[in-house]
Amino acid sequence: MTDNVVEMRDISISFPGVKALDQVDFTLRPGEIHSLLGENGAGKSTLIKALTGVYPIDSGRIAVGGEPRTFAGTADAQDAGIATVYQEVNLCTNLSVGENVMLGNEKRGPFGVDWRTTHKEASRFLGELGLDIDPRSPLSSHSLAVQQLVAISRAVVVDCKVLVLDEPTSSLDRFEVEQLFAVMRALRDRGVAILFVSHFLDQIYEISDRLTVLRNGRLIGEHAIEEISRTELIAAMLGRELAEFESIGRSADRQVDRAGAPVLSASLVGRKGSIEPFDLEVYDGEVVGIAGLLGSGRTELARLIYGADRADQGRVSVRGSTARLTSPRHAVEQRIAFSSEDRREEGIIADLTVAENLVLGVQAKRGWLRRVTKAEQARIVEQYMESLGIRPANPNALIRNLSGGNQQKVLLARWLATDPQLLILDEPTRGIDIGAKAEIQRLIVELASGGLALIFISSELDEVVRLSQRVVVMRDRRKIAELDNESHVDVDDIVALIAKEGAA
Amino acid sequence: MSTIFRHRLVWPIGALLALIVLNTISRPSFLSITVKDGELYGSLIDILRNSAPLMLIALGMALVIATRGIDLSVGAQMAISGAVALTIISGSGSPGSLGTVSTAILTAVVISLLFGLWNGFLVAVLGIQPIIATLVLMLAGRGIALLITGGFITTITSAPYAYISQGYVFGLPFAFIVSVGAIIVISLLVRRTALGVLTESVGINPSASRLAGVRSRGIVWSLYGLSGLLAGIAGILYSSNIMAADANNAGLNIELDAILAVVLGGTSLAGGKFTLAGTVIGVFILQTLTSTITFLGVPPAVTPVFKAAVVIIVCLSQSRRVRAWLGRLRPPQPRIAARTAETERSAA
Repeated sequence: MTDNVVEMRDISISFPGVKALDQVDFTLRPGEIHSLLGENGAGKSTLIKALTGVYPIDSGRIAVGGEPRTFAGTADAQDAGIATVYQEVNLCTNLSVGENVMLGNEKRGPFGVDWRTTHKEASRFLGELGLDIDPRSPLSSHSLAVQQLVAISRAVVVDCKVLVLDEPTSSLDRFEVEQLFAVMRALRDRGVAILFVSHFLDQIYEISDRLTVLRNGRLIGEHAIEEISRTELIAAMLGRELAEFESIGRSADRQVDRAGAPVLSASLVGRKGSIEPFDLEVYDGEVVGIAGLLGSGRTELARLIYGADRADQGRVSVRGSTARLTSPRHAVEQRIAFSSEDRREEGIIADLTVAENLVLGVQAKRGWLRRVTKAEQARIVEQYMESLGIRPANPNALIRNLSGGNQQKVLLARWLATDPQLLILDEPTRGIDIGAKAEIQRLIVELASGGLALIFISSELDEVVRLSQRVVVMRDRRKIAELDNESHVDVDDIVALIAKEGAA
Repeated sequence: MSTIFRHRLVWPIGALLALIVLNTISRPSFLSITVKDGELYGSLIDILRNSAPLMLIALGMALVIATRGIDLSVGAQMAISGAVALTIISGSGSPGSLGTVSTAILTAVVISLLFGLWNGFLVAVLGIQPIIATLVLMLAGRGIALLITGGFITTITSAPYAYISQGYVFGLPFAFIVSVGAIIVISLLVRRTALGVLTESVGINPSASRLAGVRSRGIVWSLYGLSGLLAGIAGILYSSNIMAADANNAGLNIELDAILAVVLGGTSLAGGKFTLAGTVIGVFILQTLTSTITFLGVPPAVTPVFKAAVVIIVCLSQSRRVRAWLGRLRPPQPRIAARTAETERSAA
């Protein structure tokens, strides 16, 4: 075991209300490309930040090169030989390629920096990775992909042992990815251990030697790439739930009356570069589940319907009449509500109280002139705190101090108080504890039985299959299937659909 | 909520009281107020009167800052407003008539409102960074004012106009009444309607507010308009005080004093939560400080050093880190956010 270049044992990190990592083990061997997989909130980025010294760990041990380490900051991690290249390249675009590569390691002559030698050195380092870039050209003259490669070549200059690449391919085209992979292989052959994160399974299978899967802050498994099939991998990432959730019961086979006009009907709605045109219909009292991996277009679909992003084609009608949903305001006026997957950035107003957050939806709908009175506010807040079981039951607490699950309930209450006819929930159960999760699932069933139309997005297929009457399957920013759940859709069917290679 | 509120204002109020005590010790007449013909006079009354322009500007600034913005152009807008009003009065046949003066004031204030809306348009609609968007008018505004006055310092003689800064109502200076009026109107506007909470919501988290259906564009836009309007009134007060439209010096650097007053009052420059009460106290601190310095016979050139010292003290007292540091000497305050950050660090 001592030949592992990185050994992380029993790593736990908690944030207020969330256990981001729960006793996770992770190892990196020299000369391997190791992929880290998991949906949003699985703990990937937290683990990376623990390894690169951004977050201190609550408990556990980290050893680099067999030596126990404590990282108080990123500098400590760099000293230990861990280099990181983020999605957004952090280089100086106004300097030359060579200056960037050699930054901090310039060759010195009798008259200060000897730029000739420095650039020659830079050229040598770039050459070692098979890159033919003029070191004197300004960095800004190159594409983002090349800039990324330059950033990676810095790792060679500082002679790092571990290179962390967090979603380096997300904005690269096919050819650029090949170029990046060539550089990664060259580094691997030099004995560098590479931690690679990508949402593209094809890339994972192409480049990785081993992989680690996380889910909900826990380690699910560590596998050599040959020993896990695509289907097994997707199943591991999306997860099978605990039996206790079954007690909530399947609401999937509940009959939905689709005789009248749908609450919402979208035809060929799409947005270039975001999601290909899709059709969608939602009826009263129906839960339409959206299944797909992260980046499959499920959030984009929701945002287009809500008007959070502007669709550049297609037509939406609400209860049979054409509606222009080009901003959240229009959607709110049509009694459509959308709860974003990003609770912290797009949901809560952290410095306001629970009560203020809760009535914000109603208040926004009314406009600033007609204030929700104290009495009204108290009534709404009391009603929803009670019915949703928001804890602590203190309307004057700042929402930032609540746990994730309770924040989520406040956000749900914010929308329910506006009396919507369609509620779009993007990952409402992510990153919250089991109890709150069960409560939110129960609430979804209740709301739908009460006649509300819902669009329900979740990474957890069991949840989707159990709660929705119809399941829309997404892959590669396209809607690839729509399954009627009356005939009991199986999780494995969906996994198979998602895993299928090539165009559907 | 009320404990946080008190917590926030305790330092600014302390600073203000300290200044008053300091003044009273060095000149016991500081607190004395004399009544002459039913009108009040004294150092305190002067402070109340002279603080009026800054008060108006700072109230507007507090709201703009709450939206994560800043309005650098208020000083220049004061110059424009004064220039407009005095040019109208001096150009008219009867500068002393009430009609002329009201027309002049109304025109000046409306023009200021339009300039404020221009700023708001740049920020809220075009999405230009507030500091740059308002810098445009900060630099161009004084030029515009000079154009209006034809390059001269326009002076006038007009009893009604002089009344604005010199007159008394119910024994109190009219300028002070204007500033109290502004405080009341804006407090009602902000807290009786939902404008305050929606402004805070936009300032704390713009994208979440947008998704919640808040019309953030309209709110931001109109607050810049309000800031311009208040700057316009401040410009009238200032020009009435000197009975001249001085395009180069009217409201010079007042934007910085206003920002200072807002920050001294406990509103964060990062936007979000704001306190009008704190801002009012911040204004009084600055004004008392100015009069203290004058009284102590400190050369005006050194004044900024004194202001800087006070600012540093008050800002330090509001810094979370310094408080945590002081908190170790005293029983700790339960501050959850700061606590978790610290436990995270110490666990490393």
